[in-house]
Amino acid sequence: MGDFTPVSALLGGALIGLAASAMLLFNGRIAGISSVFGGLLKPRAGDIGWRSAFIGGLFLAGALLAMFAPSTIASSPDRSMAATLAAGLIVGFGVRMGNGCTSGHGVCGLSRFSRRSLVATVTFMATGFITASLIQVFAGGAL
Amino acid sequence: MKTLLAAAFSGLLFGVGLGVSGMTQADKVIGFLDLTDAWDPSLALVMLGAILVHLFAFRKITGRPSPLFAERFGIPTRTDIDGRLVGGAALFGVGWALGGYCPGPGLVSSMAGGSNALVFVAGLSGGMLLFHLYDEASSGAAAPSEPTPTPIEPRHVGPTGR
Repeated sequence: MGDFTPVSALLGGALIGLAASAMLLFNGRIAGISSVFGGLLKPRAGDIGWRSAFIGGLFLAGALLAMFAPSTIASSPDRSMAATLAAGLIVGFGVRMGNGCTSGHGVCGLSRFSRRSLVATVTFMATGFITASLIQVFAGGAL
Repeated sequence: MKTLLAAAFSGLLFGVGLGVSGMTQADKVIGFLDLTDAWDPSLALVMLGAILVHLFAFRKITGRPSPLFAERFGIPTRTDIDGRLVGGAALFGVGWALGGYCPGPGLVSSMAGGSNALVFVAGLSGGMLLFHLYDEASSGAAAPSEPTPTPIEPRHVGPTGR
């Protein structure tokens, strides 16, 4: 923990950028994960296949990582199951309310100079920094 | 079929990128968001790398008359800054730091089994469904006074799903 990994971060980021570009080039769609996944939980006819395929691709990536590079996804943060469940609920509600997350606003939106995405990204980075820092200061980094 | 394969390929590449980048390591994410304790800035470079690639690709691709497998591009067109945008993003940041996962890495990491990620994804789905219920209830009540809401998703046109 705390290891500076600039090369893998830039390389992984570039792959994410390529993936978003592939989605746009082939299907004309924005690869915003919360919107793609959220749309499956509010299904509309004719709109389910490509969403499922994209999320299936994410799961396949997870399975491959679990097989060939398990350390990349098997981290255990200092968070209880209760805190993690609450985190999921808050993230799920928040990303649907704000129309996007790190992928849709942070990568796709900023890349096309969207004002909404800039405001959203600055906001979630700020509350993320504040929350994690407060948890460190007042709870020793574990919840 | 082509659109499905393309979407699956994009999802696979996206997920591998998340794994390579370190975004799927919840403890690393928390170490990035926590500014007080031996700050690890690596994950800022993930967004930088992704934007550097996608910024140029976006201009090149949207210069085309249409995508390869669809009739039209579905790019969001809203420009208004409203309370939902800011409030939703603020909530998202809190939850991200609380659990260490944003939606993509949560979904990818849930394949590891026995990890926090599975619990996160259950919560994520529940939170999304809760918002859908809240949205339906509030839009039903406020319908007469509100301007026509812009769709959350870019409106998809014609038979793009097939």
